Amino acid sequence: MQNFNLKTMMNQPERLAPGHRMCAGCGATIAVRAVLRGLHQGDHAVIGNATGCLEVSTFTYPYSAWEDSYIHNAFENAGATISGVETAYKALKKKGKIPADVNYKFITFGGDGGTYDIGFQSLSGAMERGHDFLYVCYDNGAYMNTGIQRSSATPMFADTTTTPAGKCSDGKMQNRKDLASIIADHDVAYVAQTTFTRDFRDIHMKAEKGIYTEGPCFLNVMAPCPRGWRYNTEDVMEICRLAVETCYWPLFEVDHGRWKLNYVPKKKLPVEEFLKTQGRFKHLFKPGNEHLIAQFQAEVDRRWEDLLYKCNREYND
Amino acid sequence: MAKRDRMSGNEAVSYAIRQINPDVMPAFPITPSTEIPQMVSTYIANGQMDTEFIPVESEHSSMSATIGAEAAGARSLTATSSAGLALMWEELLLAASNRMPLALALVNRTLSGPININCDHTDGMGARDTGWIQIYSENNQEAYDNFVQAYPIAEHKDVHLPIMICQDGFITSHAVENIELLEDEEVKNFVGEYEPEEFLLNVGKPIAVGPYSVSNYAMEARKNQEIAMENARDVILEVAKEFEKLSGRKYGFFEEYRMEDADYVMVIIGSAAGTAKQAVDDLRAQGKKVGVLKLRVFRPFPAKEIAEALKNAKAVAIMDRCESYNANGGPLGMEVIAGLFRNKVMVETVNYIYGLAGRDFTVTDVYDIFGQLEDLVENGTEIEQFQYIGLRK
Repeated sequence: MQNFNLKTMMNQPERLAPGHRMCAGCGATIAVRAVLRGLHQGDHAVIGNATGCLEVSTFTYPYSAWEDSYIHNAFENAGATISGVETAYKALKKKGKIPADVNYKFITFGGDGGTYDIGFQSLSGAMERGHDFLYVCYDNGAYMNTGIQRSSATPMFADTTTTPAGKCSDGKMQNRKDLASIIADHDVAYVAQTTFTRDFRDIHMKAEKGIYTEGPCFLNVMAPCPRGWRYNTEDVMEICRLAVETCYWPLFEVDHGRWKLNYVPKKKLPVEEFLKTQGRFKHLFKPGNEHLIAQFQAEVDRRWEDLLYKCNREYND
Repeated sequence: MAKRDRMSGNEAVSYAIRQINPDVMPAFPITPSTEIPQMVSTYIANGQMDTEFIPVESEHSSMSATIGAEAAGARSLTATSSAGLALMWEELLLAASNRMPLALALVNRTLSGPININCDHTDGMGARDTGWIQIYSENNQEAYDNFVQAYPIAEHKDVHLPIMICQDGFITSHAVENIELLEDEEVKNFVGEYEPEEFLLNVGKPIAVGPYSVSNYAMEARKNQEIAMENARDVILEVAKEFEKLSGRKYGFFEEYRMEDADYVMVIIGSAAGTAKQAVDDLRAQGKKVGVLKLRVFRPFPAKEIAEALKNAKAVAIMDRCESYNANGGPLGMEVIAGLFRNKVMVETVNYIYGLAGRDFTVTDVYDIFGQLEDLVENGTEIEQFQYIGLRK
């Protein structure tokens, strides 16, 4: 592991060049740049990408923002595609077609649509087969590229274009899928959940660990979307902080099956603090909807307790 | 030195794959192609080849991983049938448009419904517009020979397109016949080392694959793909010539069987050509001037050459082992007729649908068809220009 210093890290050459077409205040590119800083200088990488905002905005022919080799195939098959690339590396290395001292790392990015939903089978297969790669989900909790439709990562009550809040609807009716747990249950090398903290230490350490741990690794990064969540672009860091402080988005990791909580808030904030920053939850604050927020809080609490149990169980071993 | 053996079509293709020893093979089982990944896995398990096999969780993933491996710089392939090919459909287009010279062993089987595991060409014909080179085989020998020729065609710098080598499910894939095999060294030298110019794992020369492209550029990409398919014509013939030098076996876009002075010709694809040839021999013995044009290369489609070969015929039966539900004819029928018209060969045609979902196609069927053609020309009897043969009465 490298010693982490934000200033030193920020002065490293960027592997995602500026000039791409992602929105201001978008969490996806923040996630990508943070993850790529986990690559050691001198190491090569092939970046995979599911179809989504990130792909269409960073590799628009004839321009590419990617300094490393990059492959986009389709929406639902980023896991399978990188399996092929990683296996080709093994095959070519074995045949001496790639010099023994050259190191390649394989990192795939997908949004929650390409990861939780349409690409879930492909991801599950790649994880189970044990390919040596890191899959990074930039989770913005809806299909943002097609115009903010609900996904299985969308939190309950979010107002999306396919779960609009209205006279007869409170927004999305279901809770979000806990993908990090599901991938952890694949018995893979390393799984972590993270987002952007003030010093970017958490995401950096997890990215580096995910990149350099042998075997399949998965990183779930909460990456807010200003269009879908309806916030002011400059608020992205504050929203991430509140997601962590309310325990809506806990920071944890599962290293070879061992659950570990990376951060416990000194004082767990009520989830309203997170919800009120975003237009997608505006309807929850109408008079008479207090019970909806209470229901949301109950789910956050339940999941937090469950996570504590998983982590404490490990501590007590 | 050629070796004589007895093998099924699946064994023959697996044998060719072992001799080629490609870098990566992802695959998912589906009848009747399942034996191919099984046999390759066994070769690997016994140390007879060192291909990396990826046991993917679906055919969509097998084609996706094949594309990933090929893009990374590895010679790659997969095998499938029927619904497996249908599930890959999106990826077939991507393999072609990303200009990946990978190979696919297709063992032709019908598609549901009703679910049925037997042979017809619905799967391959369904993929006819995905940008792949398609070569069909009559028997195990051709399946083997075509597979050995696959990479030299696909990887040619003027082509760079994926290639599908097709054989008929069960009829060819599972029936054991005599075969003449090349030596391992001969195949290795014929296919050569894969040396791609640009690939993901090219150290110091990173590339990006699979861009988003706006309307300003996308149409030119499609045109370049079309040019590659045009170029494939010459390359297929060049490779066939080289293969003939090696094996003594001659291949072209199609085989003309007893066509010299034929008044009546049957155009057909795959194993049923064997049945047609037998019937032609029988009818020739009775003095009938009949012949068979067995199409080997369906993509690129050799329309001009077919028209040239049929220009002296009085009537042609075009045989489709596939429906296209356009209420007008099958895919081969439509393309042959269009090719005849464009090349101003105005010959009578009848388009027959036969052998769907494994329905037997017999020499008696062929006699009947030639009888109908003769009746049409000699007696002016009106017959349906698009009809089914071999239906239950």
